[in-house]
Amino acid sequence: MTGAPNPSYDNILEIKNLQTSFFTKDLEVKAVDGVSFNIPKGKVLGVVGESGSGKSITSLSILRLIEEPGKIKGGEILFKGENLLDKSEAQMRKIRGNEISMIFQEPMTSLNPTFTVGQQISESFRIHEGLGKKEAKKKSIEMLKLVGIPSPEKRINQYPFELSGGMRQRVMIAIALACNPDLLIADEPTTALDVTIQAQILDLMKELQEKLDMGILLITHDLGVVAETCDYVAVMYCGKVVEFTDKKTLFTEPKHPYTVGLMQSVPQHDQDVDGDLAVIRGSVPSPADMPQGCRFAPRCPFATDLCRNKLPDLETDEEGNQIRCWIYSDEWDGDPEVNVHEQSKSTS
Amino acid sequence: MIQFIIRRILQTIPVLIGVSILVFSMMHLVPGDPAQVIAGEGAPQEQIENIRERLGLNDPLPTQYLNYVTSAVQGDLGTSMRSGRDVSAEIGARFWVTVELAIYSTILAVFLGLIAGIISATRKYTAIDTTIMIVALFGLSMPNFWLGLMLIQWFAIGIDLPSWVPFFNNTAWFSPSGWGSFSQIVLPVITLGTGSAAIIARMTRSSMLDVIGSDYIRTARAKGVKEQIVIYRHALKNALIPIVTVVGLQFGGLLGGAVLTESVFAVNGMGKLIIDSIQARDFPVVQGTVLVASLLFILVNLIVDVAYRFLNKRIDLD
Repeated sequence: MTGAPNPSYDNILEIKNLQTSFFTKDLEVKAVDGVSFNIPKGKVLGVVGESGSGKSITSLSILRLIEEPGKIKGGEILFKGENLLDKSEAQMRKIRGNEISMIFQEPMTSLNPTFTVGQQISESFRIHEGLGKKEAKKKSIEMLKLVGIPSPEKRINQYPFELSGGMRQRVMIAIALACNPDLLIADEPTTALDVTIQAQILDLMKELQEKLDMGILLITHDLGVVAETCDYVAVMYCGKVVEFTDKKTLFTEPKHPYTVGLMQSVPQHDQDVDGDLAVIRGSVPSPADMPQGCRFAPRCPFATDLCRNKLPDLETDEEGNQIRCWIYSDEWDGDPEVNVHEQSKSTS
Repeated sequence: MIQFIIRRILQTIPVLIGVSILVFSMMHLVPGDPAQVIAGEGAPQEQIENIRERLGLNDPLPTQYLNYVTSAVQGDLGTSMRSGRDVSAEIGARFWVTVELAIYSTILAVFLGLIAGIISATRKYTAIDTTIMIVALFGLSMPNFWLGLMLIQWFAIGIDLPSWVPFFNNTAWFSPSGWGSFSQIVLPVITLGTGSAAIIARMTRSSMLDVIGSDYIRTARAKGVKEQIVIYRHALKNALIPIVTVVGLQFGGLLGGAVLTESVFAVNGMGKLIIDSIQARDFPVVQGTVLVASLLFILVNLIVDVAYRFLNKRIDLD
């Protein structure tokens, strides 16, 4: 049910300077503060960051599902070249679940307990493709088969409480993929699952992504998941993208001290773990008390006065990788020979 | 499902036994000798003894209880001391009046309560929400007999107001008493329905708010479901579970006889029957009415439990 292909776009999704804030009585919390990134057609972008970095709010903003007191303040969300922020609510409804689908972190609570699995999958077909009850049910059974649920004819009449967490997440994927979306947003789809089930779900997503040639925005805080599934990675910190690279560069040559810290805090199985595990010092600043310079400066081992006073821009290099850090700019006022990898190892 | 209903019916048996024992003991717990009451003040001792013998009041209590239950099961609840008619006939004459009153009031309450609750929940913290909740608080706090009297004054008798007052001047639209015609039904139904509507509205609001904040509602929205369908199909079905309990309790309570409302509007239902019988010390009728009201209450609860199963498949009675 997607519209006529518009050849004028290379990226299925382009986010430009997205700003989403939550307003309390006397405070504006900038949950997403000028985020920009692209997802090329048929590619997987991982968005990585700690809790509170604005990953989930970014994804909900794309579908315009931000609820009061939250508000999208500005920016552009170009989906197939068209700005979603200009669409009416009715137009958005036609996109949601049809061209852009979403799966959530909590499979245990994300399905409606009072409807059968079949009813919940069928609903997508009935809304977006106008199918009748029978046809929708038939296609729902096919979807369950596609996501690898055994004996789908039986499962289709069951209620969510009769399924395990992994099975429910498969059902969520079936709902999301029902109408063959061009973009799938997966918000920590495996976080609530057992490790073995995690791998199965990721494999399934990867397999279906290749089969259906859709773009995926995968939100996670797990670098293992990134390594397994993503083509590109955006690292977010305090509502801003601090680094955007292809996956290979992220793992071989992370640039931002925060990214380096994230990588080093993953315990390696061949690493001597007698000592303390590596950590990033300090904690995420509270929104009420955001540093005026680089947001990571208070926790960064390399921070200089420049970092503490002035927010760096997101700069793009020749290969299209992006970095928001003074170290890589001409204005850098610290040690010109600084090596983020070695330094942070010794300080961590 | 049938198995569940049968099991649930069997579970009511101990409750029924308990109720029958309580109802039976009523006669012996209240002060005053029923035989004395029937015979009247200053009757000769001999006559009182005769009455005792006739009513079986000299038998040991367990025998009396067994006799009572045996005949009650067969539909014989004794004879009214006041009218001399069968108690079952007395109750039968009033039963449907009370059932009608309860049904109409509950329909009104559910209708108003659900709408008000849903509007409140979907517009939380707005002026509309606040207004509805304040009105509901009034409805909840207003005593039935007072509301009934006010309604009679305004809408049955009418108030002579200066002619420039719109609407409320001489609004004697409805009948103040009795039961049967539309004009007689309106005021008692409003009187009884108001309190329940207020309770249902508050319950609906909090239950809907709970559900609307849940993950599966976000899922429904992310699927592209229309907001009205999100609210009335996805959210309401889940929110109804606690609401059904409240409606069931309210309805069950109304079936027991709306004592005050029936008295105020001179509606000849079970509530009024109980009051009249208590005043006349007509014990068999009081016993019979309480027994029937308890039975109805148990029945309504049974229906509520079955309705639960339809709404929430997770409920298992094991």
